[in-house]
Amino acid sequence: MNEQHVSVTLRVNGVAREVDVPSRRLLSDALRHDLRLTGTHVGCEHGVCGACTVLLDGQPVRSCLMLAASADGHEVTTVEGLADPDGTLHPVQQAFVECHGLQCGFCTPGFVTTIAAYLEENPEPTEADATEAIAGNLCRCTGYQNIRRAVVRAAEITRERA
Amino acid sequence: MKPAPFTYHRPRSLDEALSVLAEVGDEGKVLAGGQSLLPMLSMRLASPGHLVDVNAVPGLDTVVADGAVGDGVVRVGALVRHSALERDGGATATQPLLARALRHVAHPTIRNRGTTVGSIAHADPSAEMPAVLLLLGGSVEAASVRGSRTVAAADLFAGPLETTLAPDELLVAATFPATAPRTGTAVCELARRHGDYAVVGVVAAVGLAVDGTVERARAAYVSAGDGDVVDLTAAAAGADPARPGWAHEAGELARSQVGVEPDIHASGDYRSQLVAVLTARALTEAAGDARVTRAQETKARETSEGAA
Repeated sequence: MNEQHVSVTLRVNGVAREVDVPSRRLLSDALRHDLRLTGTHVGCEHGVCGACTVLLDGQPVRSCLMLAASADGHEVTTVEGLADPDGTLHPVQQAFVECHGLQCGFCTPGFVTTIAAYLEENPEPTEADATEAIAGNLCRCTGYQNIRRAVVRAAEITRERA
Repeated sequence: MKPAPFTYHRPRSLDEALSVLAEVGDEGKVLAGGQSLLPMLSMRLASPGHLVDVNAVPGLDTVVADGAVGDGVVRVGALVRHSALERDGGATATQPLLARALRHVAHPTIRNRGTTVGSIAHADPSAEMPAVLLLLGGSVEAASVRGSRTVAAADLFAGPLETTLAPDELLVAATFPATAPRTGTAVCELARRHGDYAVVGVVAAVGLAVDGTVERARAAYVSAGDGDVVDLTAAAAGADPARPGWAHEAGELARSQVGVEPDIHASGDYRSQLVAVLTARALTEAAGDARVTRAQETKARETSEGAA
């Protein structure tokens, strides 16, 4: 079958990338299949679970609800792009470790990207703010309490490092 | 769960977008934020032959807020994301109902990508912004190669997920009128989680008479009713909004007028109960908001008279 392909140029985690993909390729699948960045997880594939959340020009979006073609010319940050080049974990990742914010880890990349962007705009969240910040992401293991704590802890770590 | 194949178009100008839409006709579907369209494609509830991605069309991403209470409008371009409109100070000052309602539209991550005009074009009876446009008596601008026309909200929605737009037309903007004098608005909804689809939502407006009693009361519904604005004035006119419980009767009128459907989330009876309770609550809040608006207007008038 002669399916239409499109060439997409985008920056992923600071690196210019070009992919040739079927025009119906979802951004989530382009990241995982074409760019081999399997840190972005695909759960429900219709925007409910939040596992596939990435940052598009710094703002969290569901990568399963975007075509790769629509990301042409944009900057995408995945969970692989959060840690420092020397391996120092991002404050949110460090906080998840310290607070036991994950169990199976499937939902974690979506939480980490969502929270990282949230803290950029809300550097001093309360636990109530934290609940609101993560309300769009599903976790079937933790019961959310430790993720909530991780949001507050991540803000502390950010301040400690400043 | 992957979309069926389609031909993808990424026009770089409005003229090009309209030409493509004219060319592909019935086979075409416009992609803006895609937060409703992409799930439909992935679940193959929709499989258009052509997808016209308007995200690269310049000039569609602006909010113009103009005018004070009583006249003026907020004009929202087709590529304005919900989150951008929610944060737009001018829009909020001119028509505060926009930000109030937008906080109920899905989760912030969805609002970062979804567009307000796209939500209106999608005409989902479970969506807040079509109800807001209807309640405020707003309008949309539809463009095609045949020209441009303004469509009033009341003439736009043809039924669930259906509008009166022709296949070659693109919604380029939606226009929301500013707050009317002595009028307040409110949004009340119940959802299983904040940000999920509302089991029932109510968007209400209350206008006060010069003496401060209720003059007009109207409501539009989310996940209930048939998409028409319901006039509740008969059960509310003359009420003193400072008296607790004044909106109860209007809530009961709404219960009798707003049709509901049962689904896996709620029975019909429960939805009707929510219609009554949330209507009363929204009207009460809207009247409180109207009293604030009225006080500000009085103060502004005194200041300008003092200056004169």
